[in-house]
Amino acid sequence: MKFFIYLSNYFSKRETIQEIILIPVIATLLAIFLGLLLLIVSGSSTQIALTALVALFTGSFGSLSAISETFTAATPLIFAALGIAVGFRAGLFNIGAEGQIILGGIAAVVIGFSFQLPFFLHLLFLLLAGAFLGACYAFISGWLKATTGAHEVITTIMLNLIAYRLLDFFLRMPAIQKEGRNDPISKSIFETAELPRILNYLDPNLRVHMGFIIAIVAVIFVYWLIFHTTIGYEFRAVGKNLDASKYGGINSSMTIIIAMSLAGLLAGLAGATQISGILGRATPGFSAGIGFDAIAVALLGRAHPIGVLFSSILFGALIAGGRAMQVSADVSLDLITVIQALIIIFIAAPILIRKLFPWVFK
Amino acid sequence: MKLKLNEISKSFGPVKANSKINLIVDRGEILGLLGENGAGKTTLMNILTGLYKPDSGKILINDKLKEFDNPREANQNGVGMVHQHFMLVPVFSVTENIILGTEPTTIFNKIDLTNAKEKILKISSEYNLDVDPDQLIEKLPVGIQQRVEIIKILFRDAEILIFDEPTAVLTPQEVVEFFEIIKNLKKAGKAIIFITHKLHEVLEICDRINVLRSGKIVGEELPKKTNKKKLAELMVGRKVNLKTTRQNIEKGEVLLEVNNLSILSDNKEPLLSNVDLRLHQNEILGIAGVQGNGQTEFIEAVTGLRKISSGKISYFGKECKNFSPRKIHQLGVRHIPEDRQKQGLIGDFSLTENIILNTYYEKTFSNNIALNWSNAKEEAKRIIEKFDVRTNSEEISADKLSGGNQQKLLIGREMSRSINLLIASQPTRGVDVGSIEYIHNQIVMARNKGIGVLLNSTELDEIIALSDRIIVFYEGRVIAEFPSNADPNTIGLAMAGVN
Repeated sequence: MKFFIYLSNYFSKRETIQEIILIPVIATLLAIFLGLLLLIVSGSSTQIALTALVALFTGSFGSLSAISETFTAATPLIFAALGIAVGFRAGLFNIGAEGQIILGGIAAVVIGFSFQLPFFLHLLFLLLAGAFLGACYAFISGWLKATTGAHEVITTIMLNLIAYRLLDFFLRMPAIQKEGRNDPISKSIFETAELPRILNYLDPNLRVHMGFIIAIVAVIFVYWLIFHTTIGYEFRAVGKNLDASKYGGINSSMTIIIAMSLAGLLAGLAGATQISGILGRATPGFSAGIGFDAIAVALLGRAHPIGVLFSSILFGALIAGGRAMQVSADVSLDLITVIQALIIIFIAAPILIRKLFPWVFK
Repeated sequence: MKLKLNEISKSFGPVKANSKINLIVDRGEILGLLGENGAGKTTLMNILTGLYKPDSGKILINDKLKEFDNPREANQNGVGMVHQHFMLVPVFSVTENIILGTEPTTIFNKIDLTNAKEKILKISSEYNLDVDPDQLIEKLPVGIQQRVEIIKILFRDAEILIFDEPTAVLTPQEVVEFFEIIKNLKKAGKAIIFITHKLHEVLEICDRINVLRSGKIVGEELPKKTNKKKLAELMVGRKVNLKTTRQNIEKGEVLLEVNNLSILSDNKEPLLSNVDLRLHQNEILGIAGVQGNGQTEFIEAVTGLRKISSGKISYFGKECKNFSPRKIHQLGVRHIPEDRQKQGLIGDFSLTENIILNTYYEKTFSNNIALNWSNAKEEAKRIIEKFDVRTNSEEISADKLSGGNQQKLLIGREMSRSINLLIASQPTRGVDVGSIEYIHNQIVMARNKGIGVLLNSTELDEIIALSDRIIVFYEGRVIAEFPSNADPNTIGLAMAGVN
């Protein structure tokens, strides 16, 4: 109980624990219900809808391999959403996680295939390179905001577009493109640069990898950073009240640059772990919209590291369960996108949930 | 029209904002509604103007039961309100602002400005308001803008007029004119509710005074049969001392010297021109002036929050060229900013987090990387206790405190650590009478200990009560200097630019 009181103090000062936990839970259940209703309305039988519902749960948490898939899908979301949460705390709306993921991924691929190093060293080098390039890419937006006032929403969106084209360009460069292929695809990284699968000893098919553990370490680190360091204090002061932070002697320009770079660093790690743990090489669109899903995840988690962890796992579960749903009930994966969107709508409109279920909030 | 409120109650969760309030205003009468911040004045008026619905109780106009679902319905029933913060569109003309929302139209929905203008001129001359309907709002001084607000509600045929802290933004001269206007309205048979926390105003202008405390009417007084002290005690609920005692002390050496300070705005208009001043040890230097005459910019400049265009600022004999706010803080200069919610505190932060706002990086609270929350917490507890901040925990967020307690927290933070000089801007704005007494005593005590105090306030009474020396800002210049025993009327005239 004390833990929850502690959490609620920082989670959000204006709301009760009840609302922090109940609203997302109700929003999720309601969204799944409406999603299935949509299925029935559009002509599927109730039978299929029920099969889909069961598949959604068994496919995400029903077995060890389902859980493995859920955590696998959650891993890059945790990193990227942590980055966005750091931005939120400092009052920055970072839309650029997608581009930062791409840059982080490019760096990881290049380090991964260019040379061989001893196992652990190579992996470390790859992750550092991904984090570094992601941070550099986000730094551009932070620096522009701090020096010229250019709004980060605009600059990060533009940098996303540039990142897509940059990726296309890179994948066609002879030094990067896989030998003997005409389509844009990079060389594969060496085994020494791969993140090991953590449940390998149980079943080599379980894909969940070391990245998930690193992501949890990142959650703890970001939590410590935001709430227990001077830098985190500066982030939050600048984000909550710019005038007061200036009055308190905080260099807000520097704070904005650091926060943005840190956001990019985490998103870059998302790209690097995805390359190193799952994909092994880069293709056009390897970022798969993770940077955008992460915005939703960060909002759902209320920009709190622990909230981000749980909402990443929820989104991971929707992705993993959605695939199972597609297989066993022949329902399109797009339904998951609808459910995700509905969750966000309900989260953004908590009053709606309160009106619909008044007895829960008594 | 006659307004009667019968047993009005309204709660927000567990908080009873209004409980069983009875109130009557008749035509041709001015009712003063006196109460501290948070006493429930605003809630009551929001009920009366249709913004909130009461939980129970009745609103009777001319003895007929009324229910307002929204402000428009209240309007149609003759209730009009002049808000403390004006609701005007700066780039619209007076006429356009007044008709906004009830635009009279001719054929094809064309706005009928000619008729509207005529009606405005008629109202203006009837009550001696003297407003040009074609002027743009942004070109008008605050006093005239307030008259536009008054015309706005008269244009909608309001018979019951509510004024919320109407004198807060006016110069002493404008207050005199405003009272004339109110008297005219009274003569014309309007029923008027005058909300304020200024005791001398209710005594001067009202026919009856109702005092509100913690959501209840705690007293009804007649101005002739009561006095400031009695009203203040009703407001606060305990004995208060309205006069701050201040002995004369020999002033010490110069702490702050400002020479020829000028500041230009972004579009090169002068905000401050050639300001000179000196502040000594054991001295309270009062800066008087109507808001918006350069005081804010001046305070920002000497605290490092604003870049100066030319001139010199020296603390303790050393010039501080382009010093950051942190560097100036490190000199022992403490700043109580004029807007505690916008600048002095972070509303969403806990009291502990707020206590370390400008010292979080110091050795006591951090090792350069990690914060030492237990030290911060102890410091917060100490300040809460020493400065009498009413709260049950140092972990609640600052915006949960009342205005007075927020200000005490802020003053506690600034005055509890080593301090050489205090810059206090509007230290008692929106603070209850009981806390004002406390804050004034703290400031005088600091001065007695050898600290120099720069006191910036738009409340002339406060300046006169506390200052050893008074300077007046007008249009970015220091236009006059007075000793502490100067005649308030002369200072008032200087504030209006007459020298």
